[in-house]
Amino acid sequence: MENFPLVLVLSSIVKILIIVHLLIIGVMIMIWAERRVSGWMQDRLGPNRVGPQGLLQPIADGLKFMFKEDIIPDHVDKPLYVLAPAMLLVPALITVAVVPFGSSIELFGETINLQIADINIGILYILAITSLGVYGVVLGAWASNNKYSLLGGLRSSAQMISYELTLGLGIIGILMLTSSLSLRTIAIEQGAYPWQWNFLIHFPAFLAFTTAMFAETNRLPFDLAEAEQELVAGYHTEYSSMKFAMFFMAEYMNMIVGSAVTVTLFLGGWHFFGLENVGGPVWSGLISFGIFFVKTAIFLFGFIWVRWTLPRFRYDQLMNFGWKFLLPIALTSIVVTGILWITTNSRLVVGIGNAISAFIVVSIVAGLLVMTTPKPAIQENDSRFAPTALDAVE
Amino acid sequence: MNAEQILFILFGAVSLIGAVSVISFRHPIYSALSLVVTFFAQAGLFILLGAHFVAAVQIIVYAGAIMVLFLFVIMLLNLGTLSAKGALGPKLKGFAVILGILLAIEGIYIALNSANDTAVAAAESATGTTTTYDIGKLLFNEYLLPFEVTSLILLAALIGVIVLVKRESQEEN
Repeated sequence: MENFPLVLVLSSIVKILIIVHLLIIGVMIMIWAERRVSGWMQDRLGPNRVGPQGLLQPIADGLKFMFKEDIIPDHVDKPLYVLAPAMLLVPALITVAVVPFGSSIELFGETINLQIADINIGILYILAITSLGVYGVVLGAWASNNKYSLLGGLRSSAQMISYELTLGLGIIGILMLTSSLSLRTIAIEQGAYPWQWNFLIHFPAFLAFTTAMFAETNRLPFDLAEAEQELVAGYHTEYSSMKFAMFFMAEYMNMIVGSAVTVTLFLGGWHFFGLENVGGPVWSGLISFGIFFVKTAIFLFGFIWVRWTLPRFRYDQLMNFGWKFLLPIALTSIVVTGILWITTNSRLVVGIGNAISAFIVVSIVAGLLVMTTPKPAIQENDSRFAPTALDAVE
Repeated sequence: MNAEQILFILFGAVSLIGAVSVISFRHPIYSALSLVVTFFAQAGLFILLGAHFVAAVQIIVYAGAIMVLFLFVIMLLNLGTLSAKGALGPKLKGFAVILGILLAIEGIYIALNSANDTAVAAAESATGTTTTYDIGKLLFNEYLLPFEVTSLILLAALIGVIVLVKRESQEEN
């Protein structure tokens, strides 16, 4: 410990400060962006009064939360009720520690990696910490001592356990080709051009992973834990003031960190062609950080886009989708990637094989589901509402 | 006292406190949470030993999956607090005392003999850390047969669960 260079210690502290504050600012920008983009998608204006284009709206919201009365209802289990928001926020904050957000900067003769900690079990660390986020939801729900909250918590825990499997299995293909668990190595292995990135080689796994990530962040179409029409507000029904704001912030932080992880694993990290060696030792690092930031932002836009595109799943649809579609896709992807990579050693063949096998698996599962589903007793031929595709396959 | 010893004492103490509170709390949810704290402290101890992979798996499997299922069941059954007299009958209490004494003897035996243990010496390899790569190599070369047997046992358990659940739901219909 004693012979640690001072520059490394100082740079670590600076990196931690910058990243934590970027996350919090990112949450504020996301809240603003979500409301504005929602407005844009619904052909209305959205908040545009506070500051230019409504940019100061999140600050106004934050002040409102702070000055609201913090009510702790009498019937709650107080220790857990107070602890639950923190148990959701802390995992969201510490996951970012292993995400590489840029290449490296040379400063005072030292090469500083743009990453807080490059640990050799990076991906496992992320899986471990994200799996803890569910405690905040479940305990908050239980401690509220409210049946709507409890239902939300139960749904959430079942959902998290089901989709965590896909989340973990979806990245095994990448691990096989990279043979490293370090996120930095995985990002470096992907080249500058889009067709060298992992999302094309592991396309089915990429889709399964991102879908599972939506479920893990409790976003629409997977927000059954807080389904407003059924459960008032789900697990945070009894929360007010800053405690509610902490739940809210944790959701957005999870989205940002999840997007950053997806960009690192599947979308080439900080690489982009043409911008590889621009500028000096400092500027190239900063540019790589910029590329990473833009990619994450585009992915976050996707989150909002999906929210206003897809309706919420029903609970049985959620479970069917997770166990009968995503899990088989992720499992096939592992087997196919393993076999093709050993026999041909070509990323192109692995990519094509993955896509074809996933198509076959989805067709088989859909066919089986259609064949084994009994016909409904009442034929709703006259109904004005056509059954959706997922309803048909159940 | 160096940093590693301080961390060891910290994690050890947290682990012990967590373990004691598992059995002292009257409410099952608090007991389950204390167990999670213990798992965390143990993951910290694994990291101090250089076994990063084991630490991560400890948290993913125990804290992330198994304890969430525990909580799920506790919440679903809405278990209340235990009564002050305790749920253990006299027979179970005697059994628990015998088991406790046996465990204590075991612990003392291990503590006295661990100094010249080969397993401990092997764990302190040249680098001090075991990577996932090393573990994979060991599992698929030296311990291939036990590894595959374990997976078969797990598969059997899985099928058993499905059979049990299926039968129950058919009887209901």
